[in-house]
Amino acid sequence: MTQFLNAKHMQHQRRLDRAFFLLTRFFAFLVLALLIGILISLLIGSVPSIKSFGLGFLFSSEWDPVNNHFGALVPMFGTLVTSFIALLIGVPVSFGIAIFLTELCPTWLKRPLGIAIELLAGIPSIIYGMWGLFVFAPLFADKVQPLLISAFGGLPGVGFLFRGAPMGIGMFTAGLILAIMVIPFIASVMRDVFEVVPTMLKESAYGLGSTTWEVVRYVVLPYTKNGVIGGIMLGLGRALGETMAVTFVIGNSANFPDNLFAPGNSISSTLANEFAEANGEMYLSSLIELGLILFFITFVVLACSKLLLLRLKKQEGRAS
Amino acid sequence: MNTTPQTMQSIKLSSPPASLTMSASLYRKRRLINSVNMIASMLAVLFGLFWLCWILFTLLQYGVAGLSLAVFTQSTPPPGSAGGLANAIFGSLMMTLFGTLIGTPVGILAGVYLAEFGQRGWLAPATRFINDILLSAPSIVIGLFVYEVYVVSVGHFSGWAGSLALSLLVIPVVVRTTENMLRLVPSSLREAAAALGAPQWKVIMHVTLRSAKAGVMTGVLLAVARISGETAPLLFTALNNQFWNGNMNQPMANLPIVIFQFAMSPYADWHTLAWAGSLLITFSVLALNIVARWLGSQKTQSH
Amino acid sequence: MAENGTKLQVRNLNFYYGKFQALKNIELDIAPNKVTAFIGPSGCGKSTLLRTFNRMYELYPGLRAEGEIILDEQNILERNIDVNLLRAKVGMVFQKPTPFPMSIYDNITFGVRLYEKLSRSETDDRIEWALRKAALWDEVKDKLKQSGNSLSGGQQQRLCIARAVAARPEVLLLDEPTSALDPISTAHIEELIHELKEDYTIAIVTHNMQQAARVSDYTAYMYLGEMVEFGETDAIFTAPKQKATEDYITGKFG
Repeated sequence: MTQFLNAKHMQHQRRLDRAFFLLTRFFAFLVLALLIGILISLLIGSVPSIKSFGLGFLFSSEWDPVNNHFGALVPMFGTLVTSFIALLIGVPVSFGIAIFLTELCPTWLKRPLGIAIELLAGIPSIIYGMWGLFVFAPLFADKVQPLLISAFGGLPGVGFLFRGAPMGIGMFTAGLILAIMVIPFIASVMRDVFEVVPTMLKESAYGLGSTTWEVVRYVVLPYTKNGVIGGIMLGLGRALGETMAVTFVIGNSANFPDNLFAPGNSISSTLANEFAEANGEMYLSSLIELGLILFFITFVVLACSKLLLLRLKKQEGRAS
Repeated sequence: MNTTPQTMQSIKLSSPPASLTMSASLYRKRRLINSVNMIASMLAVLFGLFWLCWILFTLLQYGVAGLSLAVFTQSTPPPGSAGGLANAIFGSLMMTLFGTLIGTPVGILAGVYLAEFGQRGWLAPATRFINDILLSAPSIVIGLFVYEVYVVSVGHFSGWAGSLALSLLVIPVVVRTTENMLRLVPSSLREAAAALGAPQWKVIMHVTLRSAKAGVMTGVLLAVARISGETAPLLFTALNNQFWNGNMNQPMANLPIVIFQFAMSPYADWHTLAWAGSLLITFSVLALNIVARWLGSQKTQSH
Repeated sequence: MAENGTKLQVRNLNFYYGKFQALKNIELDIAPNKVTAFIGPSGCGKSTLLRTFNRMYELYPGLRAEGEIILDEQNILERNIDVNLLRAKVGMVFQKPTPFPMSIYDNITFGVRLYEKLSRSETDDRIEWALRKAALWDEVKDKLKQSGNSLSGGQQQRLCIARAVAARPEVLLLDEPTSALDPISTAHIEELIHELKEDYTIAIVTHNMQQAARVSDYTAYMYLGEMVEFGETDAIFTAPKQKATEDYITGKFG
């Protein structure tokens, strides 16, 4: 039996410890560096476009590959509006689902429903695109859009939103499909934050004779305010970056959409459609600048979401 | 709880009789609002389930119709000819494999740092924050990044570029699950190993990480499920290849982009193949999720 | 063993959790091949004291010890002491059984393999020896390849003792080793402690006074981070010198 209780062995182990620490730290740093790398590479790629168009890029709706005039307004508008529609539809639905799961759902139903939500979240974007283009859009154009147009098209003020050709694809369809895609994310976060509300808090409200809705509105929501907003922003972040589903159904038009049913473009769908054929330095650079803008917007939204969720965690830590 | 008859009497007396009708109507209104909102929440659930069922049903309907042996044995055809998706399936499998192989060790080691060495200093909180942002970042931007730093310098699209882009999507998922799973390991286990005189790297590798093995594997599977369906990052990296290609250094066919190309075309037989491909992808993703979930629920680990 | 026949000498030990002082001026001598018990109410610092003996506190930031702990004429609190080496000499068993996620065989050899290179047959012998010492051999000899987690709570704790013992430390620290166990397993382990002290110096922390009275040769009573009284167990329990000790022992407060 040989014993290793000697200096050389111990030194070797110490060195291994140090090496292991440095190795893991390197990879952690790599993650950080990745983000910085993305930012820098996008910036460098956008330089020709930035030099050419300057700040006006953000406000120009020109998209002319032939004459090398590009402007981000139409794609940006498309990204923001479709995401807005997605939230408009998705947030109330997610909220309803979260309330159901936490307050109304019978125990035997909780797991299957949870699984259904995760299924919805797991379906790849391109599948939503396929379904949207081949199944939903034709049906929508045939049966629903004419109804909406005749019902709301004549309304003063908002009527213009519904005065368009019933093509099936377009801004609204893209927004609706985005809504379906973000619902599982927002609903999950909302359910998770609703569940951390201390039972005692809810019970004291119930004990005073409150209805379920009143408990949700006056106890649960204020308590989880930060988390709810954080979850919504998480959904927004995802909607902003969503590519394939939107590309399939947004219609890919470089023109400014003038009503809900008009085709348009989003930043990601522009990139998806035009990158492969982009010849010329300016074309490519403008596309990369679009990517930079998208990255920047999503980064800000996601960072805010994270900060809000962290704040809820701190509050939860204090309260419990 | 002792309520004397006296106290009961006084409780009764303290409710003013005049407000009886008002409080009843107020109560009715509150109950109505409650019912409306509860029904609305149930409708919300039905709304979500409606779309889920419709999408899955459609997928099965058209996907199964497009499935055949040829899908697995023949490569993608030009329009009008018969063919399959073999090269695309192969390409997707290869790039998913390599993307996972590259991204998993990076993710696990970074996760180890966050969980085991992350109590002091600024790197851990910053990395955690950035990692969560990368988790939800647009995958098309990742594709752009790999294009800029790799494809441009090498001069051509390739399966390696695609694998690299996919690995960048794997990393945040694995980092997060690894860290969470390691944190769940009770500190008494670490202490027991340290108490025997084990150096820290042995404690982490042989005891802590081993203890969290199932959870970490779950994270890897979830990451694989995620990248299996990703299209955008491959657009500017692997591009696509009409023919069978076994060379990772060339543009590589893959299911998502083939589906994209075929679906956007006017050819019906291409559409059929696109549906078959969609079914294959969805099935793999869901199967991976189920396996990951099953693995994650294995609380008692034998070794 | 040091000249004056003590294994561990604690001199002027102070311990801090950040700004909070958990141990104040501890002085004591731990005799070799004897069982020394530490008793006292919750929060008195007995576990903290035990964990200074193998510098376990260094796993966490913000904790520090000042003073001297002399093991065989060496102050183990000095910076240049290799802490892993120290822990090979001073073993520990914890309150909760902590079997590693590996087979029983690998559990036992984990500590051994860190510092010794044994042949296969030597390893097998060591495992049998350690398991016999822990009174677990008969129960597990046919299932050495099974997971450590497949054993019952009492068996797991004995596995941990076997694991600690197999590495042949000189001192064994037991931190409330039976508080998570049923009475029968507890009795087994108390028997074990009695046998183990022939080969090892044992320090045990227990919140169960009767256990201290049963197993230990020396007892230290601590309160709020201070060593109130230290002496032979019989003396402490029948004729305590301090009133505080007497109050605790007679249950006036707990």
